[in-house]
Amino acid sequence: MNALVTNLLLFGRVLRAAGLQVHHGRLVDAIRALEWTGVGSRNDVREVLRALLVHRHDDLAVFDEAFDLFFRAHGSSELNLPLFSLGERARVVAKREAGVPPRVEVEDIAGGTSSAAAFAVGAYSPVEVSRTKDFGEFTAGELEAARRLLLRMPWDPGHRRTRRWERATQGPIDLRRILRRNVMRGGALVDLPRRVRRDAPRPIVVLADVSGSMDRYSRVLLYFACGLARSAGHVESFLFATRLTRVTRRVAAPGGARAVTQLVRELQDWGGGTRIGEALRTFNTTWARRVMRHGPVVLVVSDGWDRGDPALLDRELARVRRSCARLIWLNPLLGSARYEPLTRGMQTALQHVDDFLPVHNLTSVERLATHLRRLPPGRHGIHRHV
Amino acid sequence: MTPGPASAPASVDALQQALAEEQYIAERALAVPIYLALRLKRPLFLEGEAGVGKTEVAKALAAALHRPLIRLQCYEGLDVSHAVYEWNYPRQLLEIRLLETTPDLDRTAVARELFTETFLIKRPLLRALEENGDRPPVLLIDEIDRADEEFEGYLLEFLSDFQVTIPELGTIRASQPPVVVVTSNRTREVHDALKRRCVYSWIPYPDFEKELKIVTSKVPGASARLAREVTAFVQELRTADLYKSAGISETLDWAAALVALDREVLDSDVIEETLGLLLKNQEDIDSVRGERIQTLLARAMDLATR
Repeated sequence: MNALVTNLLLFGRVLRAAGLQVHHGRLVDAIRALEWTGVGSRNDVREVLRALLVHRHDDLAVFDEAFDLFFRAHGSSELNLPLFSLGERARVVAKREAGVPPRVEVEDIAGGTSSAAAFAVGAYSPVEVSRTKDFGEFTAGELEAARRLLLRMPWDPGHRRTRRWERATQGPIDLRRILRRNVMRGGALVDLPRRVRRDAPRPIVVLADVSGSMDRYSRVLLYFACGLARSAGHVESFLFATRLTRVTRRVAAPGGARAVTQLVRELQDWGGGTRIGEALRTFNTTWARRVMRHGPVVLVVSDGWDRGDPALLDRELARVRRSCARLIWLNPLLGSARYEPLTRGMQTALQHVDDFLPVHNLTSVERLATHLRRLPPGRHGIHRHV
Repeated sequence: MTPGPASAPASVDALQQALAEEQYIAERALAVPIYLALRLKRPLFLEGEAGVGKTEVAKALAAALHRPLIRLQCYEGLDVSHAVYEWNYPRQLLEIRLLETTPDLDRTAVARELFTETFLIKRPLLRALEENGDRPPVLLIDEIDRADEEFEGYLLEFLSDFQVTIPELGTIRASQPPVVVVTSNRTREVHDALKRRCVYSWIPYPDFEKELKIVTSKVPGASARLAREVTAFVQELRTADLYKSAGISETLDWAAALVALDREVLDSDVIEETLGLLLKNQEDIDSVRGERIQTLLARAMDLATR
C-alpha cells in the first residue's frame, strides 16, 4: 500500500471522527481521481477530496478545517496528536445540530408507541396533574408528571393536499389507466378509474419565546414543543429571546428536552429582553425559504412582551403570515380571565394572527391539538379573509 | 454545431478552457468536481443560492462537450408520466375508432399496436437514455429540491441503473449513460442517499473579480468602467440584510439594462429607477431605496476603483 492510500484512509477516519459520513467507496473514488489529477497541487487535492467526500453544505467548513490540520500536521510528521483531537474540536467549531449529548432518558424511548389514551387518562404518573391548573404554578412533582404527559402526547397536525395523484374510487378520471384497462374490451369505456390528490401531514413551524418574562412557562412549553416535534412528523422548531436559534434536530432527539433546557439558559444569559421583531426578521431572511414550504401552520408561543421596534414586528409578522397557511399565536397569559392583550407587541401581533389561543394548562394544550386536527386541507389550506 | 471530441476533456485545465470558450468561467473549486463527475461517470450535484449559475453549468457543459442538453424541471407532484413517459391517449382513442371500422378485428393485435412507440410520448428521462449513440446527452435535473421525496426515490433508482421499464414495451437501457447534472437551491435538504452517489459541489456567490469577468464577457456593450461599478454595487448589495439577494442573472440583466439606457457610469438616480431588475421583493426595494443606496454606492465606488 503506498503512502497516498494510507494517508487517505487515515484522513477518512479523521473526517468520520469529525462527524462526516465518509463511505469507503468514495475513498476508492478519491484514490482513482487523484491518479488523474495528480497530487502536485495542494489546492487541487483539496478540491478533489471536497467534491467526493463531502455531500452537505454544512460539512464544508468542517472538511476545510480538517484538511488544513491534517495536511499541515502531516508535513511536520507529527501525526497522532492533532489528528485525533480534531474530531472533538471540529464538532464544536461547526456547531452541528446533530451533536446532541448522547444522554438518553429511559422513558423517552420506552414510550415511543404511547397511545392517545395515555394522555387522555392522565393517570400514568404517580402525581396527579390537574388539567386546569396553570403551568406557572406547577410544583416540581407536577412538572415532572407534565413532562411525561407532554413528551408522549400524540399529535395530529391535520393534512395538506399534495400535488401528487393516487388511485381512488371517486374524483377525476385517471386517463393514464383508462385505456390500459379498457382496450382489451375493444375500447368501450366500461370501467372508469379515478384519481385524487394525495394528502400528507401538514408541516408545523414552532417559534417559541424563551425570554425572561416567559420564564414560568418556558420549561413546560419546551416539553410541549418536544412532544409535538416527536409525534407530528414535519416540525421545525426555533427558540428566541433576543436572538433566534434553530433547534429542530435537538428537540426531536431522545433526551432533547434536557438539552434544550440547557440551551434556554444560554439564550437567556444573553439578556436584553425579547426582541420578537428581530427574531422574526432572522427567521424570514435566513430560514423561511427552507422551512416554510408546503403551507405550514406556524405556532408562535409568546406573551407578547416586546422590547424591540413595533414597526419591525409588524412588518415581519405580516410576512410570516403571507407565507404560511395559518398563523396561530399561543399566549400563556391568555389563560387568566383578567388578562387583556394590551402590550404594544401583542396589539401589533393581533392584527396578523389567524388564531389567538391560550397555552397555560393541559386542557388548553388538548384544545390546541383538536384545533390543529380540524384545520381543513386544501393546497394552501385555509381561505382567509385578509 | 461542429462536432468535437466526444470524450471527456483530458485534464481539469482542458475542461476550464473548454468552458471558458462557452463563456462560462469556472474556477478550480467548480472545474475539479465537474471533471471528476465526467471521469467517474457519476452525476454532478450542484447546490447553491438561486441565481449563482447552477443551471448555466449544464448548458455550458453541453455546449463544450458538443452534446445535446435535455432538461427536466422539477416541481412538487412530478411523477413518472411527466418525467419518464406517457401514452398518447387521444391518438390511441382515435386509433381505436379507426380500427372499429375494420371488419375482422384481432383484439390482441389491437392491444399490441396501441402500445408501440408511435403512441409513446417520451419525457426527459427516457429521452436521455435513448438519444445517445456515441454522444450521450447532458441531462439537467433542475431544482430537485422542488420535487417531493417520492420522486427522489425514483431518481435514485434511475441514476444507478440508467434504465426504464415500460410494462407494455419492456426495459429500455442506455448504451452509454448520459452526463447528469442535478441542481438544488437547498430549500430543503435532499436525501443523503442521493447526494452520496454524486460528486458534490457548493457554488457560492462569485467574488468581485469573477463576477466582473462574467459581466464583461456576457454584456460586451458595457464600458469597462460601468462593468466595474455595476459589479461592485451588486457585491455590496449582497452584504446588505435582505430577504433575497441578487443573483448573477440579475447582475447581467441590470448591466444590459444600463447599457440600453446609454449609461456610462452609475449614480443613485439611475439605481433607484432600475432597482426592480436587481431586487425582486418589494420590502427589499423599499428598505434599500433612498439613503441606503447612497451608502452602498459610496462603498461600491470604493471597491470599483481599488
